[in-house]
Amino acid sequence: MSSQLIERNVIDRAISEAMAQGADFAEVFAEDSRSSVASLDDSIVDELSAGHSRGVGIRIVYGETTGFAHTSDLSEKSILEAVRAARAVRNVGESKVIDQVGTSPKGIEPRDVKIDKQRQVELLRRLDAVARDQGDQIAQVVAGIGQSQRRILVANSNGLFVSDEQFRSRISVSAVAKGDTGLQTGYHTAALTLTLDELMDRVNIEDVAIEAALLALLKLDAKPAPSGALPVVIKGGSGGILFHEACGHGLEADHIVKGASVYANRLGEKVASDLVTLVDDGTVGSEWGTYRYDDEGNPAQTNVLIQDGVLVDYMWDRNRSVKENHEVSGNGRRQSYKHLPMVRMTNTFMLAGADQPEDIIADTPNGIYVAKLSGGQVNTTTGDFVFGTSEAYLIENGRITAPLRDTNLIGNGPEILSLIDAVGNDFSMTPGTCGKAGQSVPVGCGQATLRVSSMTVGGTADA
Amino acid sequence: MPEMQDVKKLVQEIVERATGREQIEVVASRAVETDIMVYEANVESLTRAESIGIGIRVINNGRMGFAHCGTSDYDSVIEALEAARDNSRFATEDQFAALVAPDGVDAATLDLIDPEFHKPTLEEKIALAMELEALITRGDPRVTKVESSNYSEAEAEGFVASSEGIFAHTRETFAYISGHAIAEQDGDTRTGGGYSVSRGLSGIDVNKAANDVVSRCTELLGAKKPASTRATVIFDPRITATLLSIVGGSLSADAAQKGRSMFSGRIGEQIASPAFQLVDDPTEPRAQGASLFDGEGLACRRNSLIENGVLMTFLYDSYTARKEGRASTASAVRGYSSTPSPGPMALQLAPGELDQEELIKLVQNGILIRSISGVHSGVNPISGDFSVGAEGIIIQDGERKHAFKEATIASTIQRMLMGVVAIGSDVEWLPGISAGPSIAIENMSLSGI
Repeated sequence: MSSQLIERNVIDRAISEAMAQGADFAEVFAEDSRSSVASLDDSIVDELSAGHSRGVGIRIVYGETTGFAHTSDLSEKSILEAVRAARAVRNVGESKVIDQVGTSPKGIEPRDVKIDKQRQVELLRRLDAVARDQGDQIAQVVAGIGQSQRRILVANSNGLFVSDEQFRSRISVSAVAKGDTGLQTGYHTAALTLTLDELMDRVNIEDVAIEAALLALLKLDAKPAPSGALPVVIKGGSGGILFHEACGHGLEADHIVKGASVYANRLGEKVASDLVTLVDDGTVGSEWGTYRYDDEGNPAQTNVLIQDGVLVDYMWDRNRSVKENHEVSGNGRRQSYKHLPMVRMTNTFMLAGADQPEDIIADTPNGIYVAKLSGGQVNTTTGDFVFGTSEAYLIENGRITAPLRDTNLIGNGPEILSLIDAVGNDFSMTPGTCGKAGQSVPVGCGQATLRVSSMTVGGTADA
Repeated sequence: MPEMQDVKKLVQEIVERATGREQIEVVASRAVETDIMVYEANVESLTRAESIGIGIRVINNGRMGFAHCGTSDYDSVIEALEAARDNSRFATEDQFAALVAPDGVDAATLDLIDPEFHKPTLEEKIALAMELEALITRGDPRVTKVESSNYSEAEAEGFVASSEGIFAHTRETFAYISGHAIAEQDGDTRTGGGYSVSRGLSGIDVNKAANDVVSRCTELLGAKKPASTRATVIFDPRITATLLSIVGGSLSADAAQKGRSMFSGRIGEQIASPAFQLVDDPTEPRAQGASLFDGEGLACRRNSLIENGVLMTFLYDSYTARKEGRASTASAVRGYSSTPSPGPMALQLAPGELDQEELIKLVQNGILIRSISGVHSGVNPISGDFSVGAEGIIIQDGERKHAFKEATIASTIQRMLMGVVAIGSDVEWLPGISAGPSIAIENMSLSGI
């Protein structure tokens, strides 16, 4: 295969054809993605799987109307059929001459990266053995190792022509421990925007297995979480999900433009405690939400959303930035060529503060300490959101005490952001998968240890 | 896009490439989709697409390898076959790894196609989404915005074929409208969604969907955060369906055999209240998960899972069945990009006698749950811990009193199943793998202030 997924002259003809009935914007998005996953379950390497998909999505915009079609056939004939299917949204229209600005392709040559399957298998066995070594009560281990390689090409009627290649790799372990009180689970993952070899060089692989197994064992002694409003201290790292749900989604311009966000029409207003500076940044190292170009061909960038508690900007894609006459922000993403791009987060994090994490805990007479979160969900219109714990403890008299069973916490975004009353000087990021309108994309979340002075904990024990 | 005849020939050709004791299974699925999104009486987006996927499983001497591709392009499919063969060399040898042979059970007679599916024009489909938006807007003066009004349809066709003599063909049509709206009153904002689903456009009930959206986004206006307490909780049919899906997932023989199910080793035991009767029945045509064949090409059949609260069986694919020396329950679930594993397709909780209003009178004091959130973060299907965000209506003296929001309900799945005190008559056939009526569960924790 040539270094470009589709010949430049085919793309030019497709865009001309797409613009022929008076469109305002046309885009060709081509993608070739390969995945390789190996998994171990019940101490058996039960599956090695390889996936390959490629295709092209054609987007044509007439004012506020978007036509979209995609095909897995990269021939010119099939691409032009997709153009006609996408144009079906506009039955009539005058043809106009388009002024295409020719630019040379920006991007990189594809890399030929082979997966060492034998190394994958050996690593799975080691993860299994290390996890089981953590205690006799480890009853089951599932481990997975995978890499995806995604080449994209984006060209549009504004003359943009960009190609890119993205590698993402992940190692994950989930462990089940069996005790007198039933079954408990622990999960840990290491995931970076790198090749699998690079990831394995970068992280201590055995730590993934140890973390998962120790968490499952710890929870065998867990007590039911309390029920009711309490101070909540969230450890640096996966607590970034709090911001992803409490305000991240609500700052996506598609929700803003439709008035479906509690943060609409609030630029310049105080929306959080003074301690909160929130950033969405697709350029951070090799974090899980990092990329060079978004799926509309715009470079990833650093976007400050909340500065010292004041709302300063939203996140943008092409359609919303045109409608509101705003710059794009590199947040136009799509799951694959079969999906329309929309506004999505990249790596979303709150900047660290000044307090020692241990002082924040010592300064909390009673509450809960959340060390690991499992995910969350938000209604952007009302701001109500939940997030779940997978490792949490009681705080009694300023000290971390008994581990707690998994529970959800619930709050309202703007209220919770105003109740953040301590922020630590530590910081870390964790990988996650964000779902929105049926599309999943990889994201990073990060924060320092922080305290919310009161939040509803959804357990079953009296608070 | 290739014709299905050509795909069938390709699938058969790949299967015939098995040599010696090698086993090959090929699944192919093709979908033709149209999605229309309407916003403020304008088509916001129209998506038309055809897609195809091929998955190939190879088993050599008890070692399984898998590969898939999103095209039926000959070279890519051959590349996938070779990748699957290569992958099989690295798997652990497993005496139970094998492809299933036909078991002689005939497929049910099921009508999963609307014969008039292709009749409506694109203009009629757009008009339906616009009508939904207009009905919602007019439905109540407190509705301030229709966030989305969508029409989607798909025609899906698939094959499963293997070197062991399996050949199964399925074809289905779906049509679906959904709306989501925002309502405001006295500074409070609430949202709600509703839908109607059918095999084709003609079966869609736009008024039902619109009424559902309007009542769901307006009924909780003025909701307050409740005080924390223990309460009897009534689940709407939608919430019951979510609970059934979690329970059904734990009834997978794979989870049970590997010690990852809260019901492992509990066949014959009382795991739910005696009123609880649960089946997985993909031969029920009203179920959205209805299907002629499972993911390994065996004819789907009705499996009774819980009878009078007693656990009767787990759900098996051929691999988990072979491990126990029994027959598959034809419960292999998969897409073209994954290997099969056992799971539910069309769960149904048998209805009781009372409608939702009668359940409310029966409960006297408790809460009615209209929507939940955070299921993937707050429900652990292995330990059974259950904690989700909830909003709904407080019930006092057998009557709906006031709305509540920003609360959680919590318990464990095990306690919830035993605590089912009443089952309603109002079964709703929903998108997804489960359908059930309203149910009442005693002694759940409500967390608020």
